[in-house]
Amino acid sequence: MNQELVIEQKIIGDMIVLRPAGDIDMARSSAIRKAVTEAVRTRPAKLVIDLTAVDYMDSSGIATMIEALQSSMRNKMKFVLVGVGPKVRSAFEITKLVGMFTICDTIEDAAK
Amino acid sequence: MERNPEISIRLFSDPHLLSTIRSTVEGLAKVVGFSEKSRGLLMLAIDEALANVIRHGYDGRTDEMIWVHLWRVREPRGIRIIIEDLGRSVAPEKIKGRDLSDVKPGGLGVHIIKETMNESCWEQRPEGGMRLTLVKWLSPEELQNVTPTKPENTFP
Repeated sequence: MNQELVIEQKIIGDMIVLRPAGDIDMARSSAIRKAVTEAVRTRPAKLVIDLTAVDYMDSSGIATMIEALQSSMRNKMKFVLVGVGPKVRSAFEITKLVGMFTICDTIEDAAK
Repeated sequence: MERNPEISIRLFSDPHLLSTIRSTVEGLAKVVGFSEKSRGLLMLAIDEALANVIRHGYDGRTDEMIWVHLWRVREPRGIRIIIEDLGRSVAPEKIKGRDLSDVKPGGLGVHIIKETMNESCWEQRPEGGMRLTLVKWLSPEELQNVTPTKPENTFP
C-alpha cells in the first residue's frame, strides 16, 4: 500500500510542472495541496499538474485541483492538467467539472 | 432470512486504509462483470462514503470502527454494499449533494455516490451511528458481455 504521495517538481521554461505518482485520496491529497501552494507562491506563468502517474483521484483530489485552478486565476497564471487517465477523467466527468479545466495530452502540448 | 455477505471487512477509520477497500470492491465488481469505467466509479463512490464517515461521523479520528459488507446481487445482476459505523448520527433527509453549478472545493461526495449508484439509502442505526446501503446494477451493455454462469458458479 502506497502511504505517501511522491511529487516530482520540474521547471520547464516559464512553467512549473508537478508530477504526483500514486493515488490521490483523502490520505494523500494534502501533499499535492501543499506542493500547489508552494508552486503558486513562485508565480510561474503556467502551473502544470501532470497526472500521468495518477491512476485514481477522489473528491479531495478534485477539490485540490479546483483550489489550484482558482489560485492560479487569482495570480493571473495559467493552469493546465496533463495525462488525465480514464479513472481520473471519470471523476471529473461525474462532478461535471471536466469543462472547467484546460486538459492536454502531453507536457509539450501544455507548453504551447 | 438475508444471506450472509460474501465479503465482510471491519476496519479502523484511517484514511490510509481506503485504498485496501477500493481494491476489494474493484475485485468483486470485476467478478460480477462491471466494465472498467463502472468499476472506477464504484471505487470512487465507496471511497467517498467511507471518507464521509471518517470526516463527518468520526470527526477525523482514525481509531474508530467501520464495517463494510459486500454482496453479489443476482436479479438484477449487480453489487450491494452496506457500510456501518458508530459515529455521529444524522437525519437521512439532511444528507444531500450540493449544487454543482457553484464551483468550489468540497461537498462532492454525496453527489458522486448518488450519481454512481442505482440505490443509496442512509439510515440511523438503532444502536447508534449510520448505515448506508448502496446498490449498483450492470448496465444492459455490461450484461451482454457477461459469460453465462455455469450452475456450480451461480450466486447463492
